[in-house]
Amino acid sequence: MDGKKRKAFQAALPHTLPICVGFLFLGMSYGFLMRSKGFSVIYPMLMSFFIFAGSMEFVTVNLLMATFDPLHAFVLALMVNARHLFYGISMLQKYKNTGWKKFYLIYGMCDESFSINCTVAPPPDVDKGWFMFFVTLLNQIYWVSGATLGALLGYVLRFDTTGIEFVMTALFTVMFVNQWEESEDHRPALTGVICSLLCLLIFGSDGFLLPAMLLIIVCFAVSRKKEDEEVCK
Amino acid sequence: MTAIQSVLTIVAVILGTMLTRFLPFLLFPEGKKPPAHITYLGTVLPYAVIGLLVVYCLKDAVFTEFHGLPEGIAMVFILILHKWKKNTLLSIGMGTVLYMVLVQNL
Repeated sequence: MDGKKRKAFQAALPHTLPICVGFLFLGMSYGFLMRSKGFSVIYPMLMSFFIFAGSMEFVTVNLLMATFDPLHAFVLALMVNARHLFYGISMLQKYKNTGWKKFYLIYGMCDESFSINCTVAPPPDVDKGWFMFFVTLLNQIYWVSGATLGALLGYVLRFDTTGIEFVMTALFTVMFVNQWEESEDHRPALTGVICSLLCLLIFGSDGFLLPAMLLIIVCFAVSRKKEDEEVCK
Repeated sequence: MTAIQSVLTIVAVILGTMLTRFLPFLLFPEGKKPPAHITYLGTVLPYAVIGLLVVYCLKDAVFTEFHGLPEGIAMVFILILHKWKKNTLLSIGMGTVLYMVLVQNL
């Protein structure tokens, strides 16, 4: 590594260490879960590398166990990852003038890399492009290593894994609580839960996802229109 | 699901995910401002989607042997532990272990 890259790497590394712990733990549970459902280690390794969006990888385990429906998988990935659209919008300026690295920065823009690259300003003598590159790269290395290690452990460790899939429920429950506490306005979170429950009751557990997503978007469109009208009055 | 169907499902997920990451940079190349209703969705959708995913995870719980009782107990446990310790990984780990103990021993 030349001096510029080394400097950027040294600046990036400490910011990613807390992510390292979380990604190894969650990645390992994901890899272990995949293995316990009978998938070879190749699956979690390649999925964690190419999808590189934690929540969606957990959801994909379920998709792979269900009936074949790639369109449903595609739309679900769009919806679950829709937040990336807004990460992208916030990073339009920051990723400018980073050359070939821009492609990788966009490809590897997970929640954690986004939150570091969006909020941390590297010291003035550090190259910004390389700093963001190493943040993204290190985080991806942690995640892929975790997923692979977890799957490998799944070959060695033998115990009753019944119920291990609850790790996904636990993950989303904790994310839900974290978001609930950091936000003043609970209407968006409640909209998500209520629309989903409503559609679950009407369409049943096999077909409720797409209608629920549509209903959520419609609710937001209507509530925004109302807010606009109130502002105009 | 055959191996090819699995691969196709994974490819569909990759395409959907990458579309969400690359689209803004394709739509708004240099300095073009995104419309207001898009930025609004960006502020609210992340909250709603996590709510959707919680329901998605529990969709079949009511129809199992114990009618969602282990799920309910484990989730209440997670809520209390998380309020108390505020440690994301601890809550996920202990919650999952409790659930596994419950479904394996009930």
